Parts: sequence; structure tokens; C-alpha cells
Amino acid sequence: MGNKTGVWAKVWPPVIVVVALLACWQGATMWGQVDSWHLPSPASIVQEAASANVWPRLMEHTGATLRLTLLGFAGGSAAGFLLAALLHLAPGLRAAVYPLLVVSQNVPIVVIGPLLTMWLGYGLLPKVLLVMMVCFFPISVAMLGGLTNTDAQLRNYLQMIGTGKWQLFWRLELPHAIIHLFSGLKLAASYSVLSAIVAEWLGTNKGLGYFMQLSAKGFMPERVFASVFIIVALSLSLFGLMTLAEKLLMRWRPAKKEGN
Amino acid sequence: MNRTDDVQRTVAGSEALEVKSVSKSFGKGAALKEILGGLSLTVGEGEFVSIVGPSGSGKTTLFQVIGGLERPTSGEIWIDGRQATGQTGHISYMPQQSSLLPWRTVARNIELSLTIAGLDRNEAKRSAAEWLRRIGLEEYAKSYPHVLSGGMQQRVSFLRALLSPQRLMLLDEPFGSLDALTRLKMQKWLLSIWEENRRSVLLVTHSIEEALFLSDRVIVLSNSPAIVLEQFEVPLARPRSEAMWTEPAFVALKQRIYELLQTGAGVKEEAGYANR
Repeated sequence: MGNKTGVWAKVWPPVIVVVALLACWQGATMWGQVDSWHLPSPASIVQEAASANVWPRLMEHTGATLRLTLLGFAGGSAAGFLLAALLHLAPGLRAAVYPLLVVSQNVPIVVIGPLLTMWLGYGLLPKVLLVMMVCFFPISVAMLGGLTNTDAQLRNYLQMIGTGKWQLFWRLELPHAIIHLFSGLKLAASYSVLSAIVAEWLGTNKGLGYFMQLSAKGFMPERVFASVFIIVALSLSLFGLMTLAEKLLMRWRPAKKEGN
Repeated sequence: MNRTDDVQRTVAGSEALEVKSVSKSFGKGAALKEILGGLSLTVGEGEFVSIVGPSGSGKTTLFQVIGGLERPTSGEIWIDGRQATGQTGHISYMPQQSSLLPWRTVARNIELSLTIAGLDRNEAKRSAAEWLRRIGLEEYAKSYPHVLSGGMQQRVSFLRALLSPQRLMLLDEPFGSLDALTRLKMQKWLLSIWEENRRSVLLVTHSIEEALFLSDRVIVLSNSPAIVLEQFEVPLARPRSEAMWTEPAFVALKQRIYELLQTGAGVKEEAGYANR
């Protein structure tokens, strides 16, 4: 049970800070010099979001964003995973492609977005592609690191008993890379929600990104903030899911190392 | 005990291992360093042979060459009467660190090594379970390696090598990382298993006592480039016991090897000094 109290000890300090911040915010809007069309109070945001007029639309847009996020995240992860495996198994290719991979990350996503729209239209495909492009990089870099930095003694042992290249990949390199993969997956999980929002800004009539823009143009800050809260919650949930999956898959790890 | 069934058919009357004037050097030109200097040795069928030598005498390189990971600059490796120079998979191996995959349970680690060595999956499972029970580690079969103490990990590592179907086992300073007491316990344990199940063993060790206590024959290597300085038959009966450590024959041989190592290493060091 010591583990559970440990989790609570970690959870309650940030929770208190968040609650305190919300209270200050509420106080500032009630007694301060803040106009509600500049900064609505947390209470009015919740009230607006929960109203019969807004809630169903908010949920519909959340669904659309979630779909885009998950498609892009899954697609980007798969692409990153395969690319890493390919580059690892073909070292010549790796030397040629890896620098380009790094360069590609310096092209800003807001620039690629309009191009993709121009080529592929306003459908789901260009948006999923955009999220994929953002997600695959941290995953392939983490994977490649994991595939390469395997334990030298384990490698030597397996080679001594006659393990071939493929067996070495399946039995040693891939399982070892899974450990590293999760650091990439957690990063990509956060990126995927954000890039989905940006993709929705570029042109669609669905999703929280669209709803945010619409509300901002209509001077309805409550709705903008409600979308922001949901986006944060989505991002955190996806991150949490990855952490959970990591814990489930890494049960072989010594318990002490979990804290690190 | 049904080991002998699994042993591959071999050329009759052949040695388990023949190292034929193997030399190995690394680097080029002025940086060329010769590690093995035309070294020859044999391990007979069912024989336990140890190699002792000053540190840095190329024992690790020798194992890499026998295991087929490094090609000798010249010379040949013959295993079971067949040319095996530069080929992997002909030996079973116990490294200095237990080298168990941390994400596989103890039993599944053993099974993996056995299937890589060519055993059928079910056969590997059965054999791993049976032997874990026999050495009293059955309760750890489903545990991950980090739960085990260093000594227990080395037992699993030894078992893995023992159950592999290859005739020749290479043990690379298997107890080097254990404390003195555990080390002695492990030596006795290894002997008890080996003596009822004789395999051909080539052991590398730093410890003269360990070599004498375990082996039929001890090979003393020179400093690098390594050559065989001298070989000694160990005049002790089997089964061996700790009581033999004080036998005059044991003590005399230990003293002899100790002096040989000192002069062997010393001469080379002086020669190296003169070169500079």
C-alpha cells in the first residue's frame, strides 16, 4: 500500500496549485478590473460549456479532434517505428537518410499545412498526414537510439552462441528499443493533440480547432477557454495512457527504477 | 543425464577443440599489436581444461576467435574434428557477466539459448524446467533475472551453457564478479554437476586455485602476444574436495604456476620496455 500513498504524495501538490490558481482567477474576475469579454471567470466558462446549446456541439467537435488525433498518432507511430527499423537494418541507408530526417523537423508545421491542403484538399487525409509528420520524428529517433545502444555484453553473449542478425534484432534489439520507444510515444502523444488543433485551423468545419477559431471571431471567450480545457484534458489523457501502457509492458523492470 | 543423446555425431576419435597455431593481431603499420602469437592447444572429449595467464594476455581475444566472432590472422580452429574457423554456433558459452535478458523470465532465458542452439522449442522448455528443479531454482523459473542474486544468476547462466547441445563449453571467468565465499560455493556446485555429466570444457580464469581445483589440465599463457608457456596435468583424483587444497601436490603445482606466471609476465614486460 506504500505505493498508493506514494502516488498521492505526488498528485496533491500540483492539484493544490491548480485549485489555488483557479481561485485567484475567479477572484480577479469578480473583484478585479477584468472585463468578462477579455477574461471570463472559470465559473462562467463551465456554465457556458455545460449549457444545452453548447455542450452537444462541444462534444461533437471533441469527437472529431479525437479521431484526427488518434489516426495521426497511430499512423505516425507506425511510420516512425517502421522507418527506425528500416534505417537500423540498413546502416548505409541510415547514414544517407538520418540527416535529412533532422532537417525535415526544421520545416515549420504551419508552412506544411497550407501546402498539404493545396495538394490534397480539405478532407481528413491532409490533416492526418500533418499529425503523422509531427508524431513520427520523436518515435523514430527514440526507437533508433534503443535499437543501437543495446548492452554490449548481452550482444556478445548472443553472438558467441551463434545468434544471427535477424534473431539478434527480434530477441535483443527490438525488446530493448521498446523501452526507449515509450519516451518517444509520450512526446508524440502530446504533440499529436496540438498538431491536430493546428491542422483544424487550416480549414475544416469540424473539430475543436475550428470551434475555437469560430468562437474567437464571434467574441465568445468562454467557448474558446472551454475548448482549451478540453484540449489540455485530451493531451493529458493520451499521455497518461502511454504511461500506463509503459508500466504494463515494463513489469519485468526492477521496482526501484520506476521512480527514476 | 540424457545429454549424450543430444550430442551431435562427431568424427570418431577427434578432439573436442583444436586450436592450431592461431595468431591474431589488431591495427596496421606502426600501431599493429599482436595479441595471439601462434598459439596451439587442444581440449579432449570430456576433458576440463583451464587457461591461466597474466591479465591482458589475450584470453578474451582467444575466446572470440574460438567462438568464431573474430577471424584469426593465421591458424585454424577445429571443433569436433571439423574446420570451424570464423564460424559461430559451434560452442556453448558462459560469459563473465550472467548476460540474462532482463525482459525474459529465468526459464524463458534458458529456452531462448537452447532454441538458438537448434533445440526444438518443446524440448527446450522441458529441459529448462527439469534442470531448474534439479538445481533447486524452480521457484525462480517465472521470475525476472534481477530478482536473483549474483550467484544464482551465474547458476542459471551455467545451466544455459550446460543444456546447449554443443559438445564444447567455453567458460569465460564465470565467477570473476562474485565474492570469495560465493565463488567457492559456485566452484563446488559446478564440479558436482560437471562430474556427473562430463562435457568438454575450456575455462578462462585469473585464479590459479580455481584452475587447479576444477581442471584435468591447466594451460599457462604468456603475456601478449600470447603463446602457451607450459601445460600441467592436475594430479588430483575425482571427485574433488576442498581438502585437496592443502595436499602437497596441489600446493607445489600452485607455486610452480605462480612463478611461471611471474617470470612469463616479467620477461615480456622487460622486452616491452626495451622496445620503447
